[in-house]
Amino acid sequence: MDVSFAFFYLFAAVLLGSGFMVVAARNPVHAVLFLILAFVNAAALFLLLSAEFLAMILVVVYVGAVAVLFLFVVMMLDVDFAELKQGFLQYLPIGALIGVLFLIELIAVASFIVSGGKIAGAPLAINAVAQGERNITNVKAIGDVLYTTYVYYFEAAGLILLVAMLGAIVLTLHRREGVRRQSAAEQNARTKLTAVELRKVPFRQGV
Amino acid sequence: MMATALPSILTILPELVLATGALFLILTGAFQGTRSINLVNGAAFAILVVAAIATVFQTSETQTAFNGSFVVDDFARFMKVVTLLGAAATLALAIDEMSRQLQKPFELAILVLLSSLGMLLMISANDLIALYLGLELSSLALYVLAAIDRHNAKASEAGLKYFVLGALSSGMLLYGASLIYGFTGTVSFAGIAAAVKGGSGPGLMFGLVFLLAGLAFKISAVPFHMWTPDVYEGAPTPVTAYFAATNKIAAMALTTRVLIQAFGTDAAEWRQILVFISIASMGLGAFAAIGQRNIKRLMAYSSISHVGYALVGLSAGTQDGVNGVLVYMAIYMAMTVGTFGCIVAMRTKDGSVETIDDLSGLARSQPAFAFVLMVLMFSLAGVPPLAGFWAKWYVFSAAVDAGLVPLAVIGFLTSVVGAYYYLRIVRVMYFDDGPARFVPLSGVLRAVLAVCGIVVILFGLLPSPIVMAAGAAAKSLF
Repeated sequence: MDVSFAFFYLFAAVLLGSGFMVVAARNPVHAVLFLILAFVNAAALFLLLSAEFLAMILVVVYVGAVAVLFLFVVMMLDVDFAELKQGFLQYLPIGALIGVLFLIELIAVASFIVSGGKIAGAPLAINAVAQGERNITNVKAIGDVLYTTYVYYFEAAGLILLVAMLGAIVLTLHRREGVRRQSAAEQNARTKLTAVELRKVPFRQGV
Repeated sequence: MMATALPSILTILPELVLATGALFLILTGAFQGTRSINLVNGAAFAILVVAAIATVFQTSETQTAFNGSFVVDDFARFMKVVTLLGAAATLALAIDEMSRQLQKPFELAILVLLSSLGMLLMISANDLIALYLGLELSSLALYVLAAIDRHNAKASEAGLKYFVLGALSSGMLLYGASLIYGFTGTVSFAGIAAAVKGGSGPGLMFGLVFLLAGLAFKISAVPFHMWTPDVYEGAPTPVTAYFAATNKIAAMALTTRVLIQAFGTDAAEWRQILVFISIASMGLGAFAAIGQRNIKRLMAYSSISHVGYALVGLSAGTQDGVNGVLVYMAIYMAMTVGTFGCIVAMRTKDGSVETIDDLSGLARSQPAFAFVLMVLMFSLAGVPPLAGFWAKWYVFSAAVDAGLVPLAVIGFLTSVVGAYYYLRIVRVMYFDDGPARFVPLSGVLRAVLAVCGIVVILFGLLPSPIVMAAGAAAKSLF
């Protein structure tokens, strides 16, 4: 029993527990905080696999950006908890049914492995690279395959992000007519002659 | 030094045309704004047609690219041409519709291009990661397209519903994919096929079930069909046509490839799932459509039942069965585009109408329009000698040859039930008195309706070109 096993089970247990709490927490702010805990534990699991780069990225991107954004959204939205809980009993039977199905499935899969079922297959290319040269860094291992072996996935993912951006703009941007926007060029083109008008105001007669 | 990962350009030419075209049009639209709407729409249509032509002229050898994650064979080429033609035709409908509206988002054509690109990636996907990326690319664009008429509450509801349920189905699909990867140790279809040959355990079967659940959502097969009527009704009509005519074809191609190429040796295991999905879809599509008053909702249920018929062919799991699926999807595309072209044409002076009763008396006021719609309805119902009959003929005979006689009989019975609501539309048009008088059809609509009508009528007389292409395509999978 290696010490890393103990850490694996520690982090994995906390990860599962906080994942459960994300769903179960009554207060959505607490749910987001549990989500952050889950992310950090997942990052710790990556560390155990000596994937330091992925661990750091997970913390920086998910905890630093995504979860904080969630927190903002949850705090800004006025969520009515009583209303959310109303349909709970109504959906409980179907939810319980699906939960039991998943449980049976897990037991079936576990018993298959315990009974000596074999899991065949070849390692992915990134494993092959990592095994070929033991002493290369994480970033180099990823970089070696990301733009070569996996360039297709990389480009396709890029297109998906493009669609997401385009969709967000299409659905939310209001193009209103007649809005007075700041025009730096116009502002700079103003001179004293066009901007200031000098009037001689006659004494005691007003403008 | 690693070998270069860049494939021969010719292998990915249609995808490259779509991707670069879409990027170019985004920049054009962003800089020119709504002034460029005609340029963007026209160019997008041309790009789809060019991509289809490029696909036709690709070599018929099976080629792979990107370390085997992208495959181009006769099957992929056939499905890609059908998808691209469907996309081009529905984009023409959308452009025609847009010319009558105040809101002219130039992004619509670009989203059509990008989701068509996603569909091509789905059709050519040769491993689980490519499968998921293609599926997400096409789906994400479709969610936005459903809600593109964002000032319309129904369209927004359709988009949101489609998005939430689509995300759920993607989750199931990913869960299934992860189980399959976990139990085979590989994501490539060839590797999975090699692992399945030694017998699949329960874990792999669970993975396949979840993968099929995700795919069944995309082809809107029962029991994952619930979103279909609401989304089809709420989305703008040309967008609905695009959903029905292209997305289903690509998702059906993907399902076929996964089942035949990755799990082909395990056909006995997945056949029972498919038979269930198929019977449920045919039955629900036939019975639930009877009470519908809105023609778009009716077409949603009709599309559910047609997916059921196509799955009859896939359940056979044989080369003839796949051949039947290919012929069915090609004919289904022509019928769907034609019918939605008719629905787009249902415009009165006050705006578009969507109920079946609005068609009453159409045969007297606009006989040519009524005739085309009648031909399409007869074809959807499967009346010989129209194309829809032959489509059903190929899938049912493949099922009978594979020993699935009860399935074919159930399919026949449900198509008799389904004939009722198609023929009701014909009855309303020809025998009911009513004020139906739509504004004269534009040239684009006339062209789309004429082409679809001719394809549907002529296929029964000259079936060989499409059937031969489909036969070669089915052969390449085995």
